[in-house]
Amino acid sequence: MIYFDNSATTKIDPQVLQTYQTVANQFWGNPSSLHHLGDQALQMLQSARQQIADLMHCQAEEIFFTSGGTEGDNWVLKGTAMAKQEFGRHIIVSSIEHPAVLNSAKQLEKLGWDVTYLPVDAHGYVHAEDVKKALRKDTVLVSVMGVNNEIGTVQPIREIAEVLKDRPTIHFHVDAVQTVGKNLFDQVLPDRVDFATFSGHKFHGPRGVGFVYIKKGRKLAPLITGGGQERNWRSGTENVPAIAAMSKAFRLVLTDEAQKAAQQMAMRQKLLTALQAMPDITIFSPTEGPAAPHILCFALSGVRGETMVHALEEHDIYLSTTSACSSRTGDESGTLKAMQVPEKLATSAVRISLDDQNTMAEVDQFLTVFPKVYQRFQHMNGRVD
Amino acid sequence: MQYTEITVRYGELSTKGKNRREFIGRLNGNVTKALREFPDLHIYPKRDRMHIALNGTNSDQVMAKLRQVFGIQNFSPSICIRKDIDTLKETAVAMMAELAPKIKTFKVNTRRSDHNFELDTNQLNLLLGDLILDHFPNLKAKMKFPDATLRVEVRQDGIYLSSETILGAGGLPVGTAGKAMLMLSGGIDSPVAGYLAMKRGVEIEMVHFFSPPYTSDRALAKAKALTAKLAPYVGTIKFIEVPFTEIQEEVKRRVPEGYLMTVQRRFMLRLATALAEKRQALAIFNGESVGQVASQTLESMVAINDVTALPVIRPVATMDKNEIIKIAENIDTFDLSILPFEDCCTIFAPPRPKTKPRLDKARFYESQLDGDVLMARALAGIKITEVHSTDDFLNTDESTIQSVL
Repeated sequence: MIYFDNSATTKIDPQVLQTYQTVANQFWGNPSSLHHLGDQALQMLQSARQQIADLMHCQAEEIFFTSGGTEGDNWVLKGTAMAKQEFGRHIIVSSIEHPAVLNSAKQLEKLGWDVTYLPVDAHGYVHAEDVKKALRKDTVLVSVMGVNNEIGTVQPIREIAEVLKDRPTIHFHVDAVQTVGKNLFDQVLPDRVDFATFSGHKFHGPRGVGFVYIKKGRKLAPLITGGGQERNWRSGTENVPAIAAMSKAFRLVLTDEAQKAAQQMAMRQKLLTALQAMPDITIFSPTEGPAAPHILCFALSGVRGETMVHALEEHDIYLSTTSACSSRTGDESGTLKAMQVPEKLATSAVRISLDDQNTMAEVDQFLTVFPKVYQRFQHMNGRVD
Repeated sequence: MQYTEITVRYGELSTKGKNRREFIGRLNGNVTKALREFPDLHIYPKRDRMHIALNGTNSDQVMAKLRQVFGIQNFSPSICIRKDIDTLKETAVAMMAELAPKIKTFKVNTRRSDHNFELDTNQLNLLLGDLILDHFPNLKAKMKFPDATLRVEVRQDGIYLSSETILGAGGLPVGTAGKAMLMLSGGIDSPVAGYLAMKRGVEIEMVHFFSPPYTSDRALAKAKALTAKLAPYVGTIKFIEVPFTEIQEEVKRRVPEGYLMTVQRRFMLRLATALAEKRQALAIFNGESVGQVASQTLESMVAINDVTALPVIRPVATMDKNEIIKIAENIDTFDLSILPFEDCCTIFAPPRPKTKPRLDKARFYESQLDGDVLMARALAGIKITEVHSTDDFLNTDESTIQSVL
């Protein structure tokens, strides 16, 4: 099996699963309980938090656990809206954000908020000048993702941070879900970033757990209220085994990160070079600008993305039509639409997403299988005899 | 710079006349204990200062430990060289080269115990002063309050150079002032009182009142963790936990609310006194600060102090809370102290304790209890633990946690 769909989800690391089991068996108390079972669980929780904070070079009080990336994005948008509505009711998001951000913005729009959707250029990049132009007196939030999940553009977060330097009260959120283990924190998490969203299962952690970095001093209204967990910012009994497992996965994925990212970049480059040489293939991922090392989005014109996914599946190769979230609903890709890719071509898009578990041998294997599939479709489309 | 020796200068010791020998002996013992982890050191105390030969040991690590030993005024890392003028010049320049970017003025201070050396102190001062001025044209010589002093000592066995003097912890060597019991609750004040007691040379043993189920194991662990924070000043500290539940329950049952606290405190002090007598301690220290809470008014002190003939010393008696907190932060006990566990002082705290209890009433209410039996049972149940600075009481699952994360 060749699994090239790592931006959809990753396989849980066996060591991480072991941590989950150990913690679920030995630290099963509720961290809020006063007895020593609760204490143990609390210590585990705080150690897991501290480890993540150390790896992020921030303080433990700046890490809040959630159920995943979608909750994180929802929380930052709606939590900001609730906390800051007296200061203004305008937010800015890029038009190629994950649906968790975009649909939260739309929901806020229905509640009377003004939302500016930043355009992207033909290569899928947001421009800092557009952020500058969109800023208003009543802007309270800017949300731009670090790495686009569909085509892998690395957005100019540092430049946007520069623009926001003079507006220190505006919340700056970066959806960082696709940036972990790709050696990109330097680029996408400069000091000006106030909030960053992460999801455990995108880096070999378990599902249903994630975390949000919230800069000390910034305020969000809680989205989930209840028993006052996570310092009353996010209630619900803490998912200690999943949190510990995610903390471990985070440590593992960041070990030798630069080297792993370079290896993925080398695989991506090999795939890119081979695909570029094939007629009728369009590459949507950046070939020149800043690109994540693991995402490659392309289309063979005249073949629906869905068909390509199934054709490769016959060869035990797994990839996606752009984002996994939108593939089942049959919606066309939001990112490609924003890049003004013609609708017909956009429906042909497929996405390869690599990860540190993939090997060059798998890339070579893919490059022997893919030309056969390609030939078959080209033949069907009457482009070759 | 690879130093070869650390020269330790004694604190108030120098003024202590005949007791000097005992003080130096005690300091030698304490320094030896504090530096036990470095096997290659050679420590030899002299009348006016102590020399620690490093024999290759990292000087920074040794100095970090030395900084916590009471009875040391200051110390200097130094280099021992052959008695040879050229080597002396070379080393002096090398040492000043490290300092030169950070300073503007300097002086050379030479002492000579080997009077047969070819140059005398004035000649050496001049020689080295000129040499340094030649090498570092930006520096100026200044006799009063220079930024740095290059100390040169010509002894029988070699020439010793040092350029840095590091402030020690001051005070008196722990143990020279005898032994006392410290009543350690777990709050901010009592660890500070313990630190100050040790600073004056008093060896302390911790007395902690433990009242399960009204106080938790965590509160006990916290008190032990605080003890571990104070251990580096002496090596190890004995921690005595006294079961207090029965007394607390009896007092609660029989004594009117306004006097609960006063009578409880009288029992605590009485128990501490009994322990002191048993363990040859001469005094009792606690963290009371005048007027801070109901039990710490002068009237309360009269009503409580009544039960003991030993001196009760209150090192923080006249300090403001902020002053106490400042010390607690310096000695790194503050963060532990504010962990929110109930301790023996906060449970059963009546809503309106008497701030001006009367001694006769306290005595009267107490006489209704069978104090001797209660005391005897509590004393029979004490547990003594030797606490080291490296002991970890609060994070008992730390190794499992680290192995899974």
